[in-house]
Amino acid sequence: MKLTKILVASFCASTLMSGAALAQTDLTMWYHGAGNDVESKIINQIVDDFNTSQSDWKVNIESFPQTSYNDSVVAAALAGNLPDIIDVDGPIMPNWAWSGYMQPLQIDESKIENFLPGTKGVWDGKLYSIGLWDAAVALYARTSTLEELGLRTPTLDKPWTKDEFMDALKKAKASGNYKYALDLGMNDQGEWYPYAYSPFLQSFGGDIVDRSTYKTAEGALNGDAGLAFGEWWQSLFTEGYAPGTSESPADQQTGFIDGSFAFQWNGNWRAVATMAEVDDVVFLPAPDMGNGPMIGAGSWQFGVAKTSEHPDGASAFIEFALQDKYLAAFSDGIGLIPSTASAAQMTENYKDGGPLAVFYDLSNAQAKVRPVTPGYVVQSKVFTKAMADLANGADVADTLDAAVDEINADIEKNSGYGH
Amino acid sequence: MASKLTRSNGAGWAFALPGFILLFLFIILPFFFAFWFSLTNQRLISPNPTEFVGLSNYENLLGVSILTLEPERDEAGQVVRDADGAISYPRVRTITRNPDFPQYKGMREWFRWQSGENARVVVAKDVVFMKALTNTMLFVLIIVPLQGGGALGLALLINQKLRGINAFRAIYFTPVVISIVVISLLWRFIYDGDDGLLNNVLAALTFGAFEPVDWLGNTDTALGSIIVMSAWQAMGFHMVIWLSGLQTIPATLYEVAAIEGSSSWQTFRYVTWPGLRNTAVLVLIVITMQAFALFAQIDVMTNGGPLDSTQTLVFQAVERGYGKQDISGGSTISVILFFIVLLISLVQRYLTREKR
Repeated sequence: MKLTKILVASFCASTLMSGAALAQTDLTMWYHGAGNDVESKIINQIVDDFNTSQSDWKVNIESFPQTSYNDSVVAAALAGNLPDIIDVDGPIMPNWAWSGYMQPLQIDESKIENFLPGTKGVWDGKLYSIGLWDAAVALYARTSTLEELGLRTPTLDKPWTKDEFMDALKKAKASGNYKYALDLGMNDQGEWYPYAYSPFLQSFGGDIVDRSTYKTAEGALNGDAGLAFGEWWQSLFTEGYAPGTSESPADQQTGFIDGSFAFQWNGNWRAVATMAEVDDVVFLPAPDMGNGPMIGAGSWQFGVAKTSEHPDGASAFIEFALQDKYLAAFSDGIGLIPSTASAAQMTENYKDGGPLAVFYDLSNAQAKVRPVTPGYVVQSKVFTKAMADLANGADVADTLDAAVDEINADIEKNSGYGH
Repeated sequence: MASKLTRSNGAGWAFALPGFILLFLFIILPFFFAFWFSLTNQRLISPNPTEFVGLSNYENLLGVSILTLEPERDEAGQVVRDADGAISYPRVRTITRNPDFPQYKGMREWFRWQSGENARVVVAKDVVFMKALTNTMLFVLIIVPLQGGGALGLALLINQKLRGINAFRAIYFTPVVISIVVISLLWRFIYDGDDGLLNNVLAALTFGAFEPVDWLGNTDTALGSIIVMSAWQAMGFHMVIWLSGLQTIPATLYEVAAIEGSSSWQTFRYVTWPGLRNTAVLVLIVITMQAFALFAQIDVMTNGGPLDSTQTLVFQAVERGYGKQDISGGSTISVILFFIVLLISLVQRYLTREKR
């Protein structure tokens, strides 16, 4: 008995002593960028700066490979082992917030009012996540190709119409200089599909799901606009303009650079590498299919887990990370679009006149977030399969109908996902 | 025997206990979980409470019915034909998406056939599942003789006393030791439609006359390509089992056969094959059960495409349960798969029983 008391007392004393020595409270953080040296270096720098800048919190970071990151978070959530700070892919956030794995950020609105729209993760009227960067997609081309085929250079104010775009593909194909007129990156059957292709559907006037209610996809995905989009999408493959789903990843990586493709629909994260190889590459805005030119928005963002005991500390870290110098560092390091215009001016590529400044303007002007609903996790998969099936020659109306049925059945099964 | 096992074998049970606990925790318990989940609307993550839904998950997977489509007729009552002379029918979606026919809601055409002027269309609630089911069956049907026979051939080849025969044994066994994911990635390069190894080899053999085939991107060749590659991959494993069976056959029997002057086919037919009987049963059942679990190749090489031509049951179970967060749907597929495999195993046991 006495021994126990002594033990307890000494244990308490030692805890107090160590507590006094380390006044900082530990916070854990998970990040998706394992295996990327540049990314790890920047995020570790931010963590170190934060830990030394104040004496209340100490962030410990753990990195995961991107492909298994989401699975790790879901598994940890089920086991009740989430860290304090998580990063989350923008369109996935509503699912995690709705499931009760995230809590709103304690960050003042005024701090982020200048941020690009795609970097703010808002669900149910509250800010759950915020991104240090956004990503954008553009039509990669060469000035020499445009001159050779006699094509007008599209601009943000006056993008190509659908007819001009199809005319460009037709001329590129007829020239015989290219293996394919257009590369869409069909080999990557993951989140790339809805991110890169659903803006085309929106430009036609359709959508993955009816965003006024988020209760049904009927009429949005398989309405007249959806069918027109489907026919057009399928024609890209039946006419032989674009390589299909069995394209090899290696060909997709090098195809534009070695001149096999006249045009490539690709993200800004490949821009720096492409510029190093192709002198006269230009990044053209998305064509206007009728309802304005559009591209996808929303990349990885930071949020706080519901189970965190120190949401104030977690938010403090995220707010600290939102400084322009860090946004600029990420942009310079891995080519992403910084979230604010002031940070853009500090970067090599996105400052006025910089080689990628066009992407900042694209993101600011045309970017549309993917459907903001917990059901997006399923809708993304359904849309991806429908696009792959159409590319492989499935009947357009039947395929889109089936996608609508699956999306609606899922929404029903989940009692409307809280909308 | 039984009494000895239960009464005076405490140490044996103690040694077996950790294994039993693990089996119970990771095989038996999850099976009962899956069975229960398949009767609910359990999600992977969701704030909604889990509800008991009875057999509706099974209905949604297995629902099938037949529609009869009458040809479209013009005002004169003549059957409308298109330019090729084919009869034109109303679209199936005019029925499945028609509020007047609620019984066909959410169904989609699986396949159709012609019956007189009418078309009979089989519509299913879950066409992807149906295709996964038929693909899996086809895969099993083809791979069992292919893999089992190939493995037996290899075993006969290496069951000889030659110099360096161990090198061949090792070579044939290598694919079994390499991760299936790595092998799938390599075969993706082999099957590549543009400049894959297979196309290049075939072009070289035919002096360029061979037209390159997009092996994994073509609905006609995708499943076949995966069958060949899977058969090759696991052949070494079954070769070793056959080999162990071959080596249990007494050499005296072969000597007798040689003295009696039997041909090599007769020796195989009347000495080797009867001696391999139990091995054959084992190989047959193991290949069948492994074939039903086809997943990694699909996940790495085709994702079920093109046009669902390589969907399989396990791939769909994982895709639904984890990808689409629908644990109940994935569990239902697992339970159906369990009953199919159980049934087939029982039939195989019956057919290959010792006849006395």
